[in-house]
Amino acid sequence: MTPTHTLILLLLLCAVGYQVGKKRSFAVAKIRGGPRVLHSRPVYYGSLTALWCAVPALIVFSSWLMFESGIITHLVISQLPDHIQDLSADRLNLVMNDIRNLVNGNIVSKAAGPAIQSAADHYQQLQSISHASVAVLVLVMAIAGIMAAQYYIRPELRARNHVERMIRYLLIVCSTIAIFTTIGIVLSVLYESIRFFKIVPVFEFLFGLEWSPQMAIRSDQVGSSGAFGAIPVFMGTFLISVIALSVSVPVGLMSAIYLSEYANKRFRAVAKPLLEILAGIPTVVYGFFAALVVAPVIRNTGEFMGLDVSSESALAAGLVMGIMIIPFVSSLSDDVINAVPQSLRDGAYGLGSTQSETIRYVILPAALPGIVGGVLLAASRAIGETMIVVMAAGLSANLTLNPLETVTTVTVQIVTLLVGDQEFDSSKTLAAFALGLVLFIVTLILNVIALYVVRKYREQYE
Amino acid sequence: MQTEKNASVSRTSVDAASGNPAVAGKHRKPHLVDRENRATVGEINVPNPKMQCRDVSVFYDYGEKEAIRKVSLDIGQNEVIAMIGPSGCGKSTFIRCLNRMNDTIDGCVVKGRITLDEINIYDKSIDVVPLRAQVGMVFQKPNPFPKSIYDNIAYGPKIHGLVQNKSETDDLVESSLKRAGLWNEVKDRLDQPGTSLSGGQQQRLCIARTIAVDPEVILMDEPCSALDPIATAIIEDLIDELRQEYSIAIVTHSMQQASRVSQRTAFFHLGDLIEVGPTEQIFLNPLHQLTHDYITGRFG
Repeated sequence: MTPTHTLILLLLLCAVGYQVGKKRSFAVAKIRGGPRVLHSRPVYYGSLTALWCAVPALIVFSSWLMFESGIITHLVISQLPDHIQDLSADRLNLVMNDIRNLVNGNIVSKAAGPAIQSAADHYQQLQSISHASVAVLVLVMAIAGIMAAQYYIRPELRARNHVERMIRYLLIVCSTIAIFTTIGIVLSVLYESIRFFKIVPVFEFLFGLEWSPQMAIRSDQVGSSGAFGAIPVFMGTFLISVIALSVSVPVGLMSAIYLSEYANKRFRAVAKPLLEILAGIPTVVYGFFAALVVAPVIRNTGEFMGLDVSSESALAAGLVMGIMIIPFVSSLSDDVINAVPQSLRDGAYGLGSTQSETIRYVILPAALPGIVGGVLLAASRAIGETMIVVMAAGLSANLTLNPLETVTTVTVQIVTLLVGDQEFDSSKTLAAFALGLVLFIVTLILNVIALYVVRKYREQYE
Repeated sequence: MQTEKNASVSRTSVDAASGNPAVAGKHRKPHLVDRENRATVGEINVPNPKMQCRDVSVFYDYGEKEAIRKVSLDIGQNEVIAMIGPSGCGKSTFIRCLNRMNDTIDGCVVKGRITLDEINIYDKSIDVVPLRAQVGMVFQKPNPFPKSIYDNIAYGPKIHGLVQNKSETDDLVESSLKRAGLWNEVKDRLDQPGTSLSGGQQQRLCIARTIAVDPEVILMDEPCSALDPIATAIIEDLIDELRQEYSIAIVTHSMQQASRVSQRTAFFHLGDLIEVGPTEQIFLNPLHQLTHDYITGRFG
C-alpha cells in the first residue's frame, strides 16, 4: 500500500464520516423530538465528524512521511559494510543516492556490488514496512476519529462553532501563504546576493560604471575582465522605462478620458475591449515587432535626418513597450474616472464649467489616486519587461542617456547571466541574484511611494 | 417658437378664477377640480417674471419615455418657488431644464420654450456655459469638489474670470462664505479638504460655491434631504435670506419645508404640473383634488 492509496482511503473515510455524523445527529435529535433541538444544522455535525476523521490522521501521516526517509536512510547506513560507512559524508551521500535509485528502478552510476544490492533490498523492505504501518496507523486514527465523534454528537454539541473555527484557521493559513512565499523569495535572493557581495564589494556593485560579467576562465583570455558595476544596467532600465512611460501615460490617460467622458456608448463598447487586446498580445510578439518593424524605421528615419542610430536602440524597445502598457494605464484610469461620482460632474457643470474644465479641475484630481496606481502598475510592467528589450534593445551595457544607442536592462542581464551552462557559484551567476535583489528593492520603494501618494490624495466618496 | 402661450395662460386663469380662495372663503367648502383633470390649475403667471416656461416637455431615452408634459410656469423675481410632488413626478427633471443640466444626460430631449429675462435659453445661439453661471444649481447630496474649502469657492470665479488676483479671490471667498453663513465655522481651516466638513456644512459650502459665481437664479434639488433637522433649519434660514438677491426654485419632498421657505408652490404629479399658487393657498385651500389628497397625506 503506497502513501497515495492511504490518502485516497482516508478521503473516502472522510466522506463516510460526513454521512455517518449527519445521520447520527438526526438520530440523537429524534430521541429528543426532531432536528430543532440540535444546536447546529446537521451538516455541521457531519463536517465535524469528517474533520475529526481527517485532521489528526493527516497530521500523523505527513509527519511520518517527513521523517520516514531520514530514519530509513540512517538504518540502512548502519547496516552497510564498514568500509563504506567510513567514507566521507559526500561520498556516503552518493552511495545512498545509488541505493535509492536502485530501489526506484532508475539508472545507477555503476554496476551495483553485492553490498549495495543488499542495502537496496534492505531499504525497500524498510520502506514497505513503514508504508504499511503508516497506512494502518492512519486508518485506525481516522476510524477512531469517526467513533469519537459519534460518541460526542449530542444536541448540545456546538458543532457549527467548532467547524467554523477550523475554517477560520484555514483562511488564516491561506492569507499568510503569499506573505511567507514573499519572505522565502526575498531570503533566497538575499542569501545568494550575500555570497555575491563576498566576491564583489557592495559599493563596487552599486556604483560601478562598467558592466561586463564575463569572467576569465584562463588567465590569458582577452576581454573577460569581469566588471560588475550595475549603474549602466540600471540606467538602461531607467531609460527604457522612461521612454515607455512617456508614451503610455499620455496616450493611455487621454484615451481613458475620451472613452469615459466624450465617447458615446457604442464606440466605447467596441473600443475598450479592443484596447485591452493590446494587453493580451504576448510580449515575444511585441519583441519581434520592435526588432523587425520599429527599429529599422527608427534607424532609417535617423539616417535620413543625419543621426547615428544603432540598429537596436533603446528608443525602439521603449516605444513598443510603451504601446504594450497603454492598456494598463487606460483601462485602470478609465475605471477610476468612471468611478468619480456623477454628482461631482453635475456640481461642476452647475457652476458653468465647460466639459474640459470639469475634466481638468474636478474629475482628474478626484481620480488621481487611481491613475497613479495605474501608472505605477505600468511602470512595474516596464521595469520587469524582458522579451522586448532582449530583441530590440540589445545586450551591451552602455552607460548612456541617448535613446538612439543600444542599452540593456536589469531583467535582460539576469536572463543572460542564468542561461547556458554555468557554475552555480561563479560570481557571474551570483550577480543575477544581486541584480534581482536591487530590482526588488527599487520596485518596493516605488510601491511605497505609490501607496503614500494614493493615501495622501485619496478622497472619500459614499 | 410656441404659439400656444396664450392658450395655456387663458386656460389656467379660468381655473384660477373658479377656485379662487378669496371668492370661496372659509364659509363655503371649496369645489375641488376632479382627479382626472390633468390641466394645470392656479395662476402660472407672475408679474415681471425672471424665467418663463411654456409647454415644456421632457423625454428620456431619445423620446421613448415622457418625463414631464407641457409644463408652463413662471419664476418671479426674488421669490422662492417650491416644487412638490410624489417621487418620479418630474419635479427634478423640470428644474434641471432651467439651466439645461438635462443636456448632460444621453438621450434626453427637451421641447417647449424656457426664457431667462425673455431670452430663450434653448435657442441655438445660447451657450450653456454662461447660462449655468447665471442659473446656478445646488444638488441633493452635498458634492464638494476634492479640493480645499478655499478652492471649492474660488473654482467658479476663477474659471469665469470674475477675479483677477489673489486678494480679489480672498475677498470673494470670504464674502461668499459669509453669505452662506459658513465663514465663522471654517475661517481657520480654509486649506482643509471640503469633504472634511459635516454634511450640513458641505451643503452650505456648495451654496457658497454657487453664489460665488454671482448667479441670478439658484436651483436647489432637495438640498436638505441628506441633512439632519438642525442643518436643515440653518439652510432654510439661508434660503430665506438669499431670496433678497436671487430667484430660487427648490425641489423638496418635505411639505413642511415647502411651506416654510417658499412664497409659491407648484404641485407635480406623474409628469403633469397639477396646481400652482401661493404657498399658503396650496396648503390651506388647494383647488385640485390631487393636491388636496397629497398635502393631506392620502398618497405620496
